[in-house]
Amino acid sequence: MVALSLPAPPRTSVLTDVGHVWWRETLTIVRDPFSLIFSLVQPLVFLGFFGPLLSGLAGDGALFGGSSLQWFLPGVVVMITMFGTSMTGANLQFEIMTGAFERMLATPLARSSLMVGRALKELTPLVVQAAIITLVAIPFGFVLYPMHVVVGLVMLGIFGVGVGALSYALAIAARKTEWIFWAVQQSLLFPLLILSGMMLPLETGPGWMQVVSKFNPLTYIVDAERVLFSGTFGSLTIVWGFVAALVTAAVGLFVGVRSIRKATI
Amino acid sequence: MIHTEALTRSFRVGKETIEAVRGIDLDVAEGELVAFLGPNGAGKSTTLRMLTSLLPPSSGSAQVAGVDVVAKPAEVRRRIGYIGQKDGAGHNYRVWDELVMQGRFYGMSKAQAVANGEDLLRTLDLDALRMRKVSTLSGGQKRRLDIALGLIHAPGLLFLDEPSTGMDPQNRANLWEHITRIREQRGTTIVLTTHYLDEADAMAERVVIIDHGRIIADDTADALKRKQAGDRLTVVVRPADADRTRGLLATEGSEPAEKPDPDGVALSIRVEAASHAMPGVLERLRTAGVDVLAASARQPTLDDVFLNLTGRSLREGES
Ligand SMILES: Nc1ncnc2c1ncn2[C@@H]1O[C@H](COP(=O)(O)OP(=O)(O)O)[C@@H](O)[C@H]1O
Ligand SMILES: [Mg+2]
Repeated sequence: MVALSLPAPPRTSVLTDVGHVWWRETLTIVRDPFSLIFSLVQPLVFLGFFGPLLSGLAGDGALFGGSSLQWFLPGVVVMITMFGTSMTGANLQFEIMTGAFERMLATPLARSSLMVGRALKELTPLVVQAAIITLVAIPFGFVLYPMHVVVGLVMLGIFGVGVGALSYALAIAARKTEWIFWAVQQSLLFPLLILSGMMLPLETGPGWMQVVSKFNPLTYIVDAERVLFSGTFGSLTIVWGFVAALVTAAVGLFVGVRSIRKATI
Repeated sequence: MIHTEALTRSFRVGKETIEAVRGIDLDVAEGELVAFLGPNGAGKSTTLRMLTSLLPPSSGSAQVAGVDVVAKPAEVRRRIGYIGQKDGAGHNYRVWDELVMQGRFYGMSKAQAVANGEDLLRTLDLDALRMRKVSTLSGGQKRRLDIALGLIHAPGLLFLDEPSTGMDPQNRANLWEHITRIREQRGTTIVLTTHYLDEADAMAERVVIIDHGRIIADDTADALKRKQAGDRLTVVVRPADADRTRGLLATEGSEPAEKPDPDGVALSIRVEAASHAMPGVLERLRTAGVDVLAASARQPTLDDVFLNLTGRSLREGES
């Protein structure tokens, strides 16, 4: 017997799918904007406490080539990107548990859109966060180069999708034991952040740290963001930043889509 | 609508291999309402997850809605609706948002998703809950939302995994009313799983009994009961009449089984259409001078069918 064929609804493009997944996630913020306000506090706290410490440390100018704020602020923006996108898997893990993820897997949504859409949702508040800490920093001597910052955010967006996808894959791999997700996420996040020179300059650190940092994609992102935030376009560092972002995104999506296909949720 | 050949699926857990599904051959025609009935762990969900392309089979093939599930899983997903065993709706989202977004996931326009969503809210009594967060809904309300999510794109083929589990009898009746109505309106083909005997019995036109990953029976509930178990006709007589009665009954149906009874002896036989056979049997017993003290005709249940096929009762495993 030949199985009867059913007509199908119109096919949607991957980008449309990404948009839909992103909007579903973003609705949680839209419906509960207070969650966003809380997420704004953290970067401000970082900026407010670390900034003065750094300028005291360096006597402003010597170590950071300009104001320490100009040096530190892009680092904070990278940090909140990492915090946000590396959590992509946490929400997912909850939805795997309840069954919502399986329901979405059964829809025609492109597999990659399930990850990209979620990662972009984690990046959405970032735009608001970046805008606010930048505005707050201006009275304290921060010089804003809007075009450069936009390019910097695009780079972070690409990078963040990659980190989000990896976090997503981690959540699927650790779907049966929740704590493993957190253990891995935490034990990777902080070394990566510190070994990128995000919080403190690595130039004064031991040699091995500087060597290890060369293998950390985040280092290239942080360096590129610093160049961009200082108002320069003509630097090879920016190209390397984009290379690191694109490689992270490609690896993340490859691993992520594979883990969705392989997993038996 | 569905055609499978020797579909199997095994899982590796540590060193052990679990053969969850061991060879399913199944054909489902357009418009059928089929229930997979079987105890927990029989392989019902695993079969359903293979048919919905969520799980690749270990071997065998399946065509669903005209599409091969292994070769073109994404095409299968576009043509079907699936309501899984767990909560489909995300706990941190609003009822209405989930419903509309689900329509968008299937490529529907906003207007179309809203129109169908409104319709479903009304038929499934969810209207008052539209702005509620899913986590605040009761079990029955969540289940009704899951059904709405599975129906938003009006699929021609719908899979439901234990749709009524955790619902009270009132909600179960409502749910079935909705499913029946949708089927009448749209001619939807429906495949569902259940471990509730009465549900499979009352609702499905075709019952596929699954045990240990295999189909052990496949027919209408009535035919299964008739062929696999048969009606039982029981009469109670005084011990003095027992021998004579036994002889007479043996000519009417199967070899009589005997059980003691407070009034005397209960003798029962398996006959076709027991309630119709009863007047004739009583007549002939009386003519032979047997004083019948009590009589009953009992139709078998699907549990009798399962017992007959496997030697186990389905009720034992029920929680
Ligand atoms: N993802 C999985 N990993 C390992 N074993 C599984 C998995 N899914 C199902 N099984 C096993 O396969 C068997 C059939 O399960 P299932 O199809 O869920 O049964 P049912 O739905 O009939 O209760 C069970 O023994 C179950 O433990
Ligand atoms: Mg099941």
